[in-house]
Amino acid sequence: MNPRAIATEAKLLLIGIPVLLWTIVPVYHMVLFAISPKDSAFAGNLWPDHPTLNNFLVVFQQKHHYLTYFWRQMGNSLVIAVATGVITLLIATCAAFAISRLKVGGGRLVMNLALLTYFIPAAFLAVPMYRTMGLYGLLNSQWALILAMVTLASPYAIWVLKQASDKLPEELDEAAYIDGASALQLFRLVYLPLMMPSLVAVGTYALLLAWNEYLYAFLLLSKDTEVTLAVGLGNFLAADDSPWELLMATGLIYALPPAAIYYAFKRYMVGGLTEGAVKS
Amino acid sequence: MSTVAITATTQAPAVPADRAWPAAQFWGVVLVAPYVLVFLVFVLYPVCYGFWIARRPETFVALFDDPIFARSVANTLVFLGVGINLKMAIALMLSNFFVQARRWIQWLAVLFILPWALPSIPTILSIRFMLNPEWGIINSLIFRFTGDDGPNWLNDPTLALALAILVHIWKSLPFWTLILISGRLAIAKDLYESAAVDGATSWQMFRFVTWPSMRTLYLTCTILSMIWTLGDFNSVYLLTGGGPADLTHVLATLGIRYLRLDEVDLSMAAIVVALPLVLPLVYFMMRRLSK
Repeated sequence: MNPRAIATEAKLLLIGIPVLLWTIVPVYHMVLFAISPKDSAFAGNLWPDHPTLNNFLVVFQQKHHYLTYFWRQMGNSLVIAVATGVITLLIATCAAFAISRLKVGGGRLVMNLALLTYFIPAAFLAVPMYRTMGLYGLLNSQWALILAMVTLASPYAIWVLKQASDKLPEELDEAAYIDGASALQLFRLVYLPLMMPSLVAVGTYALLLAWNEYLYAFLLLSKDTEVTLAVGLGNFLAADDSPWELLMATGLIYALPPAAIYYAFKRYMVGGLTEGAVKS
Repeated sequence: MSTVAITATTQAPAVPADRAWPAAQFWGVVLVAPYVLVFLVFVLYPVCYGFWIARRPETFVALFDDPIFARSVANTLVFLGVGINLKMAIALMLSNFFVQARRWIQWLAVLFILPWALPSIPTILSIRFMLNPEWGIINSLIFRFTGDDGPNWLNDPTLALALAILVHIWKSLPFWTLILISGRLAIAKDLYESAAVDGATSWQMFRFVTWPSMRTLYLTCTILSMIWTLGDFNSVYLLTGGGPADLTHVLATLGIRYLRLDEVDLSMAAIVVALPLVLPLVYFMMRRLSK
């Protein structure tokens, strides 16, 4: 290697190493706490003297008063995330088909209203949403959170699906029409199969959005048996003497499914979502 | 059959969709109706109701008299002005770094996504614990190496706000870097090659090749990031809880604070007051995205 190439590599490393540390340290710290025994968790070591999986056992057996409903809350998170994913997918797929392929009257207006909703900062919509959920009598019901998450997820879902659908050639519709297909047959036999990658991306997006949500979950639900795991984690903050090692173990369990899904579907996510997020 | 149909239609003028299917309009309305219903019930009505809650001028007087409100507005402006611009500048720099063809950089890129792929709560709480003045790992290390006590990170409002901004950057930097990378990869390679032949420095390549192609994308990303950051509740709430002494609130957490204190009208008024800041950004994004 000539000196110039070495200098280039050194410059790249000079960026790469800080980027690696910056990214990994908070995550590593979480893992470190999760595998440390209670008394040595605060020792400030870079690796525990006696790494243990005992914290996970405590969590799974719900042997702490913060964790009494761990499995229940995990189940709540799962049900709410799956329901949000499925309902968003249904609503958004139909709307995008109607706007993009059937060119329904007022479709453009609906698309613009959805986009406008997408641009309302989530924490701002939370306050009026909380009040109206109360008026509808949905407060403390998991439907409140599911419907709120569907409301937040569908605008972007519709937009991504409409963009993808607009790229399908017009000739497909015309061919289907001449072959005597009905609008619903076009939807089922042509549109759905061709849109599959975008549908996977959008469904995953809505599912992860609901699984990760904290603010709406803690506003709309309150009973310990009804809240999601996100809220259960937040409740650890209630006291100063919280068992950090258990919180980090629970947090790690909570964080793994979305991370696994993200990496498994990365192909779809990056293609379907970053393209849609900002059109250049 | 379908091949025949396609050749037939290419000769004939295109059939407009509404004429093609007499039932298309009917089915279009049926299929778009569920979303319209969701929009009316969970967006339009709540928003109108919110404005109605914040209708009384006295509410705004009370809001402006609250010193926490003024502080929150200032914090929000710092969060947007400093935080977002810093984040986007780093993302732009890193997008140039991650397109370098090196095996280890590709692996680093996979790891780099982690903060965005993981949910906020456990990671932000992990950072919060690192910063704990007595037990946290940062002050433990400071003590071990210098024998001095480290700063009480989250008890100093300026430091706490700066750390909340850093948490926000930590969480969302991967997303924006990813988007800028896709913009960067769209630039034709031969532009860089011919610039290299002409003996351009790497700064000149950035200035005259990269930047002109990415300027629009960069601006759009900045605006969109500002809108989302206005609604970023987690970075501040989970790290500082708005403290110490309610000095690190931003508008997103302030609204929720009033709500929890059962002062819904103040909560809505704080959001209404933020609209002059939000609407121009939203207008810009709508102009960019809707056709």
